Parts: sequence; structure tokens; C-alpha cells
Amino acid sequence: MTEKMTEKYAIDLLAEMFRRMNLVREFELRAIAERRGGLIPGFIHSCVGQEATAVGACLALQPGDAITSTHRGHGHLIGKGGDPKYMMAELAARSPGYCLGRGGSLHISDYDLGILGANGIVAGGIPIAVGAALSFAMRKQPNIALAFFGDGATNEGAFHEAANQAGVWKLPVIFFCENNLYGEGTPQHKQAAVKDLAVRASSYGFEGVIVDGNDILAVYDATLAAAERARSGGGPTMIEAKTYRQRGHYEGDPQVYRTPEEIEAWKGKDPIPSFRRRLVETGVFTDADLEEMEGSVFKQLDEAVAFAAAAPRPEPGDALAGVYADVHDGLVF
Amino acid sequence: MRELSFSEAIREAMAEEMRRDPTVFLMGEDVGVFNGVWGVSQGMYDEFGGERVRDTPISEISIIGNALGAAMTGMRPVAEIMFSDFLMCAGDQIANQVAKARFMSGGKANVPLTIRVTTGAPGSAGAQHSQSSESWFLNIPGVKIVVPSTPADAKGLLKTALRGEDPVLFFEHKMLYASKGPVPEDPDFMVPFGKAAVVREGKDVTIIALSIMLPKALEAAEELAKEGIQAEVIDPRTLVPFDKDTLIQSVAKTGRVVIAHEAHKRGGPGSEIAAVLAEEAVEYLDGPILRVAAKNVPLPYSPDLENYVLPGKQDILAAVRSFKIHSK
Ligand SMILES: Cc1ncc(C[n+]2csc(CCOP(=O)(O)OP(=O)(O)O)c2C)c(N)n1
Ligand SMILES: [Mg+2]
Repeated sequence: MTEKMTEKYAIDLLAEMFRRMNLVREFELRAIAERRGGLIPGFIHSCVGQEATAVGACLALQPGDAITSTHRGHGHLIGKGGDPKYMMAELAARSPGYCLGRGGSLHISDYDLGILGANGIVAGGIPIAVGAALSFAMRKQPNIALAFFGDGATNEGAFHEAANQAGVWKLPVIFFCENNLYGEGTPQHKQAAVKDLAVRASSYGFEGVIVDGNDILAVYDATLAAAERARSGGGPTMIEAKTYRQRGHYEGDPQVYRTPEEIEAWKGKDPIPSFRRRLVETGVFTDADLEEMEGSVFKQLDEAVAFAAAAPRPEPGDALAGVYADVHDGLVF
Repeated sequence: MRELSFSEAIREAMAEEMRRDPTVFLMGEDVGVFNGVWGVSQGMYDEFGGERVRDTPISEISIIGNALGAAMTGMRPVAEIMFSDFLMCAGDQIANQVAKARFMSGGKANVPLTIRVTTGAPGSAGAQHSQSSESWFLNIPGVKIVVPSTPADAKGLLKTALRGEDPVLFFEHKMLYASKGPVPEDPDFMVPFGKAAVVREGKDVTIIALSIMLPKALEAAEELAKEGIQAEVIDPRTLVPFDKDTLIQSVAKTGRVVIAHEAHKRGGPGSEIAAVLAEEAVEYLDGPILRVAAKNVPLPYSPDLENYVLPGKQDILAAVRSFKIHSK
């Protein structure tokens, strides 16, 4: 069994999957605690329970590939290589944060890593990913773009227009839908008359595939296949990853729209412990190996929180700079 | 008189009209089971059911377009858009369809449609959830623009919107939802559009304050009174239709004007109000028309930056003091 797993996946990749999923989970839990503690001023939409989609999809991409993210974007950032230090500093509204404290959780980005931004507008990032794919195609650059979005976002006009155009132009883009069954408080079946959102792809002329979003290997495989297709001129793919957010839509959400039993049932399908078990049972890693990785994640986040807490706050007047590339008295007068 | 919060007053107006008129209904994202993300429609789903308190998909174009079609054919929809920033997602429906339907049809289309929307900065919500977008629509003839500041006005103006025949954009500031005030119980209590409220009388300076800036202006006026300056505070309440007369009369008395709003200064409602006063009241003015508004940059996430960008009581005080009024 070990053979099989390590034949198919490099051992470093498996380690990275485990490490990054833990990093995402722990980042979320720390951010939630630090928000309660007052270090973080703004809202947080946590992706606890959805680590496998974010990490599995991002690890199937190449460094030069681009992603667009959502309001639930911390996992996407970490998945694509974002540094928790600068993320935590951004959430704490500090100067060394990814966006100098101007963006916060909702708008966090790292253009150096090809992360074209989280987004406060549902579906807002999808046409942007298609634009990145267009740019790669026009410049014959061997890169692709991936748009993360939720189930609810597929009901926005922006999704439809972007998907249609990507289909017509056969652009190297992946439409990655994290279907966590709810858009805020409204269940998917009240928002869409189809059971599987992946079927929507067929109306744009490309394939839609469904994966278990809590199985990181399934997510990775599907994304890698879609990426290869995109890179070799085969055009877009839509991936619908079925998953679940274990916490409220935002921290503080009373969650009147779902039952504690449902939440508990999905906690039983948590993507991290199941992958952990698999790694141990197949003998890829020992319990001790994994504990060490978990410990290093803990330490990394201790450092990230300490960094954020000690980081300087922006000077109020800084707000006037950086609205335009140009500097002109008449711009922000 | 009994007191209600701003959000309770809005809910009461909707619920009373829905009891009275079966064609009134509410639709929007999470307005039903979730009770609205700001809790404004609390309990309405339980009372009226999912047919009349309709949870929609996340589809702003469709929400506004559906409401328009329903309005044209005999219903009186209230369409809720969660944040005024997202009005842009439905931009075509509002600017090109809703606003122009009556005119383009030679008056045949009736559009009794109310678009309720939250506005303003709730604090660290960032650049896409904090904007005050009232003035984006000032340049689009065909929609009425309502910007209430008190619970009583919220209720009375919303009633006027719901019983009227024209499309209304109704801007509810998030930081006003919890504020309390007396609200008449009369189910036919209505506040007419196009009638500004003189909220505090004074002879030295006129402060025209919109939405969240009204409570701030009243606090400022209180402080100014201690310095011997009598500020008159006026709330226009509706930007379209606009009550010029009340403002001009006030300026005729005071000779000095400060216009305060949370929207960005450039192209904000104050630009239009200042222009009207410059055209029609210049002979009364003893000084420049001053605007107190958000600086012309997107609203930042960081509280340090955001507080710097947003206008506050201190900015109103500074503007009034710059007139160097010597109390008589
Ligand atoms: C254009 C727009 N409409 C509405 C919202 C409010 N809103 C924020 S997140 C959300 C739900 C999104 O659901 P989904 O796409 O399934 O993502 P999830 O939150 O489940 O990750 C809504 C309605 C928004 N931010 N932008
Ligand atoms: Mg969802």
C-alpha cells in the first residue's frame, strides 16, 4: 500500500499536503482567537473543514500559475504558498501585512505568488481568472489560471459570462467550485434547481467533474488533470468539490439555517484526520513524523501571531498614497 | 411616544404594509430564514412565509430585474441588496431599466419598486463593503433617493416609498440600525419625500447632514452652542426629490453652510447641494460652502487609516470654526 501511494505521489508532496492543510486549519483557529482577543479588527470567514480543496487544488498548480480567491480565502493563500506571517499582519491591520493593512481578510493578495486577490464581491474573481488565462494564452506563456468560488457564486451573472467566454476562447482556466452546500444561510437546493453544479459546465462546452472535496488526493488528481488539459490547449474544466464549512458563514453567525446534527456528521468527514490516518495506515509516515509536522505548524503560527502583534500600525496619512500609480495633487484632493 | 430602533422601524413599515396590501413582498439574499444579515427582517419569514419573504439566489441582476418585472405587472416588491456596494452588480437593471421604464414607455410602465440597501462604513469592512453610494445614482433621472437618519423618518419615508408608484433607492446606514428614537404608532404615519427636516434651529451657521452624519452634526451643534455659536442642523432626508427651499431659507438666515456626508467628497451628494446653493443662494452667503466628507480614497480596512479617511464630528467642528463666527 505504501508502495502504491508513494509510487503515485512524491513523498514530499504528501508531506506538503499534510503540512499545508494543518497550516490552514491552525491559521483559521488562531485568527478566530485573535479576533476575539482584539488583535484583528475585521470580519473573518473561516474555511475550517475546507482545507483539502484549497490545498489540494493549489498544490496541483505550478508557481507561475494564477489564482483568484474569495471571501473565504485564507486556505487558497496558504495553499499557493502565502506566508502566514504577512497574512496575520494583514488581518491585524499592520503595515507589514500583505496589503499594508488596507485590504484585510476580504482583500488579501500576493501578486508575487500569482494570487490575484481574495474578493469581497461574490463571483468577482471569476472573470479576472479568465482574464489571466487570456493573458497567458496571448503571450504564449505556459501558465494557467484557477478561479476559486463557492456554490452560491455560480448563480451570479459574472460566473456565466466568464465561463461562456472561456469556453468559446478555449482558455487555460479551471473553474474550481467549492460546494459547501450553503451560500451564507441559504442551502444550495434553494439557490439552484440542479443537484450537481458541475453540470453547468456542459452549457459552456467544457467538462464538469465532481470530486469529494474532503479527500485531498481526489482534489489534487482532478486539478492536475484539468491543469494538464488547460496547459495542452484543451481549454477550461469545471471542478465541483463537495465539501462543508464546519463553522458559521462568518464568525458569530448563529447558524439558524442548519442543524447541529448535520454539522457533527460533517465533522466526522473532516479532511485532515482522515488524511492523517491514511498516511499512517499506509506506512508513508509514522505518527511521530506527523506529530513533528504538526508541532512545526504550531510554532510557525506562534511566530506569525507574535510578528503581527509586534508589527507597526500604518500612519493615518498613508491612506492617501497608492490609490493611483500617478502622483498628482489633483487625484486625491 | 414609544421608542424603536432604526431597524425595528424599517421592519414595522414593511410588515404593516405587507399586512395591508397583499401585493407587497420582500425579496433578497438571506432576507428569510436568516432574518437578513443585519437582522432587519427578523421574524418576517415566520409571519409571512417564504412566498412573500423570498430568499433569492446570489443574483443581484436577477433580484432587481425580477422586482422590476413584478412591479410593472401589479406587484409592489421590496428588493433588498445586502450592501450598497453590490448595487453595481445590478447596475444595468437599475440605471437602464428601472430608472427609465416609465419615461421610455411614455408613462405606460408603472414601477412601484423599493430597493432597500445598506450603506456606509460599519468599521473595518474594507473597500467593497463600506461605500456610501447614494450619489452614484444622482446622475440617473428616474429613481428617487432616500437617505433616512432617524427611526421615525425611516418608517415614515419607507411607507411613502411603499405606497408610491415610483422606484426608490432607500439607503440604510449600518451604524444607524441600533440607534433608537420615538416612532409614531399610527399605521398611516408617512413622511413626505422632498421635505427636509430642520432638526435643530440656529442663526449662525447651517449644517446640512445626511444619514450617519446627522447624529454627529447634532453632537457638534451641542458643543458649538457652548461656544456661543447657534448651528441650524438640517437633514434633507431625500436627495431626489430635493427640498431646496428649506435649505435656501436657512442659508438666508445664517449665511454660512457646512454640508456633511459619509460618501467621498468628490462627486458626493455635497457637490450637488453646493452647486444648487451656489446657483440660487449665493447672495446670502458670507463665506465658502464647505463640505465635510470621506477623503477621495477607497475605504481602508485598517481602523487607523479608516478613521482618518472617514469624516467625523471633529471635522464638522473644524469646518464651522473656520468661519470664525463671533457670537453676538
Ligand atoms: C455580489 C455579492 N452579493 C452578495 C454578497 C454577500 N455574500 C458574501 S459571501 C455570500 C455567500 C457566498 O456563498 P458561496 O459562493 O457558496 O461561498 P461560501 O460563503 O459558501 O464559501 C454572500 C451572499 C457579496 N459579498 N457579494
Ligand atoms: Mg457555499
